[in-house]
Amino acid sequence: MNVISKTVRGFSGALARTLISEQSAHAKGLLQALDPRVKLVGLLALVTTAALARRLPVMMALFALGVALALASRLSLWALAKRVWLVAFAFTAMIAFPALFLTPGIAVYRIGGLAITAQGARSALLLVARVEATVTLSTLLVLTTPWMHLLKALRTLMVPVEVIALLAMTHRYVVLLTETANAMFESRQSRMVGRLNGHEQRRLMVNTGGVLMSKTMEMGNEVFFAMQARGFRGEVRLLTDFRMRAWDYVAMMGFAAVVVVAAVAGR
Amino acid sequence: MMFNLPLPGGTTGHAVGVGIAAIVLGPWASLLAISLALTIQALFFGDGGITTLGANCFNMAIAGSFAAWGIYRLVSLGSVAESKRRVVAAALAGYVAINVSALLAAIEFGIQPMLFHDATGVPLYAPYSLGVAIPAMMTGHLTIAGVAEAVMSAGLFSYLRRNEPALVGISARAPLERAPRRLWGALAVVLLLTPLGILASGAAWGEWAAKDFTSTAGRAQITAASGNAAAPVVAPSGLARLANLWTAPLPEYAPHFVKSAAFGYMLSAMFGVGLILAVVWVAGLWMKGAAESKR
Repeated sequence: MNVISKTVRGFSGALARTLISEQSAHAKGLLQALDPRVKLVGLLALVTTAALARRLPVMMALFALGVALALASRLSLWALAKRVWLVAFAFTAMIAFPALFLTPGIAVYRIGGLAITAQGARSALLLVARVEATVTLSTLLVLTTPWMHLLKALRTLMVPVEVIALLAMTHRYVVLLTETANAMFESRQSRMVGRLNGHEQRRLMVNTGGVLMSKTMEMGNEVFFAMQARGFRGEVRLLTDFRMRAWDYVAMMGFAAVVVVAAVAGR
Repeated sequence: MMFNLPLPGGTTGHAVGVGIAAIVLGPWASLLAISLALTIQALFFGDGGITTLGANCFNMAIAGSFAAWGIYRLVSLGSVAESKRRVVAAALAGYVAINVSALLAAIEFGIQPMLFHDATGVPLYAPYSLGVAIPAMMTGHLTIAGVAEAVMSAGLFSYLRRNEPALVGISARAPLERAPRRLWGALAVVLLLTPLGILASGAAWGEWAAKDFTSTAGRAQITAASGNAAAPVVAPSGLARLANLWTAPLPEYAPHFVKSAAFGYMLSAMFGVGLILAVVWVAGLWMKGAAESKR
């Protein structure tokens, strides 16, 4: 596969994932029904608890909770496994593998001249479990919350409104620019016969990057002037208003209880 | 970061783009742009991490942007906008920036086993010491990722200079004459901080004198500072031979005509800085004269 089709595939994949998360965010499920503020604070607290936990069973329990929440939110476990668990496992296991041998400690198993230490095995397991638990919980947040709701909920964490506005605009145009980049590569590929050598490939990639960059700057300026012309003063308004319902308070208590129990048990 | 860049030798690498961002936007806007990209990646594409966002932003957006900008400005100093040196500067900016970021990340990994481990010595987070983390991170970055970033920076720079000169011209026009004033400010701050040196106890590692090897206190200090490796019984012969080659006019930063040690220390600092400034000033006058006589 040449570098162009590889890049096109990467872009298409990113766009497809964006579409899937928008769809799953609007599905009818447990987490989707929650107030985004409760969900954001609750899931972030769980992520932090998993990150701070020092015991393997606690991390595994938090991971199991993530799986249960995914099921209750009608997310496809197969998609999660493919997109999140396997990727995170492959990446983390690759990093953790040498730790089996490199961590000093009591040798429990010998392969040739190398010894797996008890400390090394536990350290590698902790790393993999921690990554799987935190990644699952944070993916739940992304997959069950429309982006605009997520941004608005970030305001409750005292994130400045300027940052929210920047994130909202970046997201709005990153999708558009990804589409543009994709179209540029596709059009190039459809006109291409034969193979490009390394130098030509590099030139193609770099020039496309350059065109995209100047397009981005141009668009940024135009959008800025258009906003200024319409009287934008840095305040962001959304049509949806968040309202806490009884169920949200229950969920809030639930998150708090799990966090406290996991934090105490994980010490 | 989805741009796969084919590299000489058949591998491909991604570029972060911090080099070109710092050159085109300047360090502050680049800091913001890269941070936003990392945040969107973590929150929206689920790539990267939420709890590691701060570290990522520090390594790539803050340190990377300023390293890239500094290197670009330094290497392209005094060059004309069309010169080849600017392309080299852009390449170096990308290369250095990504490696500074990688080194910071490696240090952050490497100190984790020291900070977070349980009673049996199991590392709770990243499992590798600095001695493993730094080579592991840097091998890939000094070769593949660094080259990808350098190629991307230099390529984008030449493309933009050819087709959008205004974009890369912004940094070319940056006011150079303001820099020395800031430099003086920074120097003044550093000077004001000299008394901090009095707080440090003992000699700096490796800055021992021959007599430290024979005194009990000196030996204890060397042993403590060297991971409990005992100091040699006699001073190394080279050190002993060269010790009396040169006697400093202000030994131990304490001129013998000043009674207070602290005042002597600061006086030595002022004298040292003054001496350096005088040498640089004379060298500057000489270089200016040489440049004028050439014309």
